[in-house]
Amino acid sequence: MSAVLSSGKANLEVFADILLETGVQDRDLVVVTSDSRGSGKLTGFGKKLPAQMVEIGIAEQNLVGVAAGLAAAGKKTFAVSPACFLTARSLEQIKNDVAYSDQPVRLVGISAGVSYGALGTTHHSLHDLAVLQAINNITIVVPADNYETREAVRAAYEQNKPVYLRFGKKSMPALPHNPGDFEIGKGRVLREGDDVLFVATGEAVLPAFQAAEELELHGIMSTVISMHTVKPLDTDLLKTYADRCRAVITVEEHSIHGGLGSACASYLLQVGYHKPFHIVAIPDEPTVSGSQGEIFNHYGISAEGLSQLAMNMLVEKEQIA
Amino acid sequence: MDVKTLIQKSIQYRKRTLKAIKTANAGHTGGDLSCLDILNVLYNHVMNISPDNMQSPDRDRFIQSKGHSVEALYVVLSDKGFFPDSALDTICQYQSDFIGHPTRKIPGVEQNTGALGHGLSVAVGLALAAKMDERAYRVFTLMGDGELTEGSLWEASMSAAHYKLDNLVVIVDRNGLQITGKTEEVMALEPLGQKFEAFGYAVKTVDGNDIPALLNMFSQLPFEPGKPSLILASTVKGKGISFMEHKADWHHHVPTDEEMLIALRELDAALETQVG
Repeated sequence: MSAVLSSGKANLEVFADILLETGVQDRDLVVVTSDSRGSGKLTGFGKKLPAQMVEIGIAEQNLVGVAAGLAAAGKKTFAVSPACFLTARSLEQIKNDVAYSDQPVRLVGISAGVSYGALGTTHHSLHDLAVLQAINNITIVVPADNYETREAVRAAYEQNKPVYLRFGKKSMPALPHNPGDFEIGKGRVLREGDDVLFVATGEAVLPAFQAAEELELHGIMSTVISMHTVKPLDTDLLKTYADRCRAVITVEEHSIHGGLGSACASYLLQVGYHKPFHIVAIPDEPTVSGSQGEIFNHYGISAEGLSQLAMNMLVEKEQIA
Repeated sequence: MDVKTLIQKSIQYRKRTLKAIKTANAGHTGGDLSCLDILNVLYNHVMNISPDNMQSPDRDRFIQSKGHSVEALYVVLSDKGFFPDSALDTICQYQSDFIGHPTRKIPGVEQNTGALGHGLSVAVGLALAAKMDERAYRVFTLMGDGELTEGSLWEASMSAAHYKLDNLVVIVDRNGLQITGKTEEVMALEPLGQKFEAFGYAVKTVDGNDIPALLNMFSQLPFEPGKPSLILASTVKGKGISFMEHKADWHHHVPTDEEMLIALRELDAALETQVG
């Protein structure tokens, strides 16, 4: 494990803290939940600001539709529900009532990716980045650590546009940051090196960062970008570092189809990038059972898996050269 | 607005709607004609919505959940002064904002609709916000009966009753027909009134093509304090044109030149009866 990383809270807890802080100041801030205040760490919000919490019950379609109506009436609305249900059950409401109608709802997908681990596919959201990227007028933000979470929630609150925020439930160590270096739509460079470029998002940034540290011990220098905003993608930053490095690896807690990796590949191919490129994500198969950590390890979303992959890619490149 | 003027307006609206559909060579003729009297009474008598107050947080809100009956809505909004009549000739044309379902690009439209079963949830959100802010505005939504098979409407209904939204008015355009045929044959809805009552609405039924009856009905809002109001408006699909009435085939059929002549002749005759 890295020496530079200090311990932190679950991003979800940080999200809930900021929501409460902001909600006390702004009586127009409203949280809409689908029997999900417990898993969303919002029980405290509901107790302190009951008039600003709307409980919908287990009815995700109505959750998003009601949130759109509240937003249309000027409420600063956060619709909170497990990502697996929010972005599947109510996808049409997201598409039409929020994005197409341009109602500024902040959609918050909690326990995203494989956070629910062994609960199985019903509770995994490995499709959300794919489906939402195909919908016009919605920003997609997946914070990696507590710092990015804090900044992302504040930015989403201030930005009066449809946005999807995606959170896991694991405690996240603090990654390096400089004050003021977070902006929606701009990736963050966590460390620099010219051999390998890791482009990662959300809770998959940590293993990418750890892999970079491990690679350094072998004399391989890596750049790690936390691409917290999956859409709109920071293509300028991506191209700058892809050009500089010898290989690109994308890392995400999502299906290999239609997520961050697909977006990066699509862009880089069209601007003529032709160096080794690999998408590390959950493959298109029945997902192995286990905790989030076990699933990550199984599919190589780990310091060991990623550093090994990077070394293999560089060796292959030398052989071809 | 007096009853006679409203009745005349309904006939004029029918003429303009048919002409718009003919020009566009597209439209939902049957459903437009069944809900026109309801839209007429709402916009000209019941709701405080006008081009002058669209920025006011206290304006009433209207969400057309049955978005496919958009030509009727466009005609009424145009008559209210939201945009010039000539805009109706651009419906469904290349690069026109006047597409075949309501969008917020059109002045007077609050929410983009078209996918069925969505309007009520949005209306619930608007009505909830009014309660939170202690504002007196009311929220009206018009649903088709064909869309009542969408599960999301029943989720929304539960929340409307749970939050005691007596500032919410749901109108069902109960013309009994959908694209495939009779609603009761496609997927039985009855006993509809009892279902809505069981979901917590105060329910009243009305002849939805009878202007005085509609005026009387809307004057009773809210039907019961602490409950959302639901108006089961019995209507005729294709209302006003003899050969279109009660015909599922007219769901989105565009009249031929000959059919247009006959239809307009019938409407002119009806208008003469009113004026005379």
